[in-house]
Amino acid sequence: MTRRTTGWKLILFYVVLVLFSVIYLYPFLIQIATSFKTDSASTDSPLSLVPNPFDTTAWKRIFGIGGDSSVPITRWLGNSVVITLVVTAARVFFDSLAGYALSRLKFRGRKFMFATVLAVMSVPGVALLIPKFLMVSYLGIYNTYSAMVLPLLVDAAGVFIMKQFFDSISVSVEEAARIDGAGVFRTFWSVVLPMARPALITLTILSFQGSWNEFTHFLVTTQSPELKTLVTGLASLASGDLGAGSQYPLKLGAALLTTIPVALLFFAFQRQFVRGGNEGADKG
Amino acid sequence: MTTTTIGSRRRQRGGGIRGREGAAGWLFISPMIIVLGLFLFIPVLMALYVSFTGWKGNGSPFQGGENAPMVGVRNYTALFTQDGLKRDNFMQSLGNNFWYVFFVVPLQTAVSFFLALIVSNRFLKGKSFFRTAFYFPSVTSSIAISVVFLFLFANSGAVNAVLEIFGIQGPAWFSDSRGLFHIFFNAVGVEDNPSWAQGEVLGRSVWEWISGPSVAMCVVIILAIWTTTGTFMLMFLAALQDLPVEVDEAAALDGVSPWQKLRFVTLPMLKPTIFLVTTLGLIGTWQVFDQIYVMGKGAPANTTLTPAFLSYKQSFTSLDYGSGAAMSFIVFLLIIALTGFQRWLMRDKDTPRRGRRGPMATSGTRSGPAAPATAVLANDEVADSGAARGTTL
Repeated sequence: MTRRTTGWKLILFYVVLVLFSVIYLYPFLIQIATSFKTDSASTDSPLSLVPNPFDTTAWKRIFGIGGDSSVPITRWLGNSVVITLVVTAARVFFDSLAGYALSRLKFRGRKFMFATVLAVMSVPGVALLIPKFLMVSYLGIYNTYSAMVLPLLVDAAGVFIMKQFFDSISVSVEEAARIDGAGVFRTFWSVVLPMARPALITLTILSFQGSWNEFTHFLVTTQSPELKTLVTGLASLASGDLGAGSQYPLKLGAALLTTIPVALLFFAFQRQFVRGGNEGADKG
Repeated sequence: MTTTTIGSRRRQRGGGIRGREGAAGWLFISPMIIVLGLFLFIPVLMALYVSFTGWKGNGSPFQGGENAPMVGVRNYTALFTQDGLKRDNFMQSLGNNFWYVFFVVPLQTAVSFFLALIVSNRFLKGKSFFRTAFYFPSVTSSIAISVVFLFLFANSGAVNAVLEIFGIQGPAWFSDSRGLFHIFFNAVGVEDNPSWAQGEVLGRSVWEWISGPSVAMCVVIILAIWTTTGTFMLMFLAALQDLPVEVDEAAALDGVSPWQKLRFVTLPMLKPTIFLVTTLGLIGTWQVFDQIYVMGKGAPANTTLTPAFLSYKQSFTSLDYGSGAAMSFIVFLLIIALTGFQRWLMRDKDTPRRGRRGPMATSGTRSGPAAPATAVLANDEVADSGAARGTTL
């Protein structure tokens, strides 16, 4: 079979793959190029990857240089960064706490709680828009940072990942620690968590990506322009709420800024993923 | 720490190791219970209650009276049995979403399978580059991607510029409300509203139901396929690497042609993954929201309206929360049914890895199950680097 993969066939495969790569990557290249074009050049030569004339007006506006604050992207960026960091840190901690308890600690109702986690995971996000709005309004925290952050602090999928991970690693080290007299939390904190590094990295990445890209939750829990994140701000910018004209360089620049952190994370951690996964496999 | 301190501590807490573990267990999951209970479980019940009221956003929805009168199931029946704008919009949104699903699910499955087959070729160099390239769109923000597509498909955008190279006059993508099948019917000489398609089903004529996705919806369809194929390709890749190498060898010895092998060996063995990808696709496609929000909010002529977006619009724009909540519960039930179906399908093949992928992926974000696939990526990379078992077409 494999012997029949002849030269011409391989060449055909490469052609197909390169073609698809162009389809998948060219839009991002256009995005980068267009953010350095002038408004008129962006629509006159939409395919060109060379901005001519090279123009940094869009980026100056994005970073608020020149006093134009009609589109406060730095403010959105700040909100995004703070919220993402808080949510990611909380999720990594709370999810691994809960995952560990559901996997290791024996208590009444554990099975039921895990079944609940599974059920919660199948609740579609789009069905939660009105429910979330009702609850934050009821609690009187509508349009506050609390409403943005609190509901995101724990996510069922993360608990599930950690539970599965703890199920897969050996219990012997912990037992040794427990026999040595370490309390439950101490064992968790200084023995279990260090062993869980691969899963923690995965969870960190998923949480970061999830909260950075979050849209619908912020859409229904906030209203003020001051509480916009990059994603919600970008959405209102795109729907033409802010400023007239197509403003493509500005919009694409803001979209690029939204894409960059997750992209960096993605490219940086692909390798670490392999290593982490292998470590986990060795122990398991 | 000495034994006496342990002893005294144990006595203080009273329950011994087991009791302490029980208390610690509940303590450890208490943040989860509070957050999920307060912001997921109870809110869903609140919304269920609101779906039986006529709350319009004034005052409290839970105190009845003038602001939130109980209307029973009327919010639900209005969507199905009462002539009127509400039913028209809801039915149109169901139709739109149906056509969206009809095109996205088969195409995303086929394209991702096709890409996985090629990328898994043993003699191919630069595999990881291609894999990364195809997967990259699915990790980025759905809003950011939609903004890029707004530009690509603009009247003077990149796509129309490419079409122009081939001498084709591209459409005004975002303002063209003609259905794809209507365009086709017109092209073959069928006039609008022919006599055979004038019957009404649920308030819409048959002609309207069979419109196919509008040109504007096609952009959303293309976007969905473009962003999800990478994720599903990784699932297929992992499955292809799990295929026993013996089967490959046996097929080679029997001298089957590549097509025969694909048809009689690879496809049957990948059936579980194909089912998984299809059902995940079905679950994801009924939730489309972000893309719609950025690309026109239902325009043109409501042809990109989906039930999920309509329920948002009905609540937060028209301030008719009761009706909006009713719609969202219908979407909810539909997706839960699909998820249940998917879990039921996967129940037998419950090897730890596959079982893990299933429910994890259903938690999917709006852009489809993008996040969990990062974990699949890890699995996939491990399988790839660990055992150098390549599968070839």
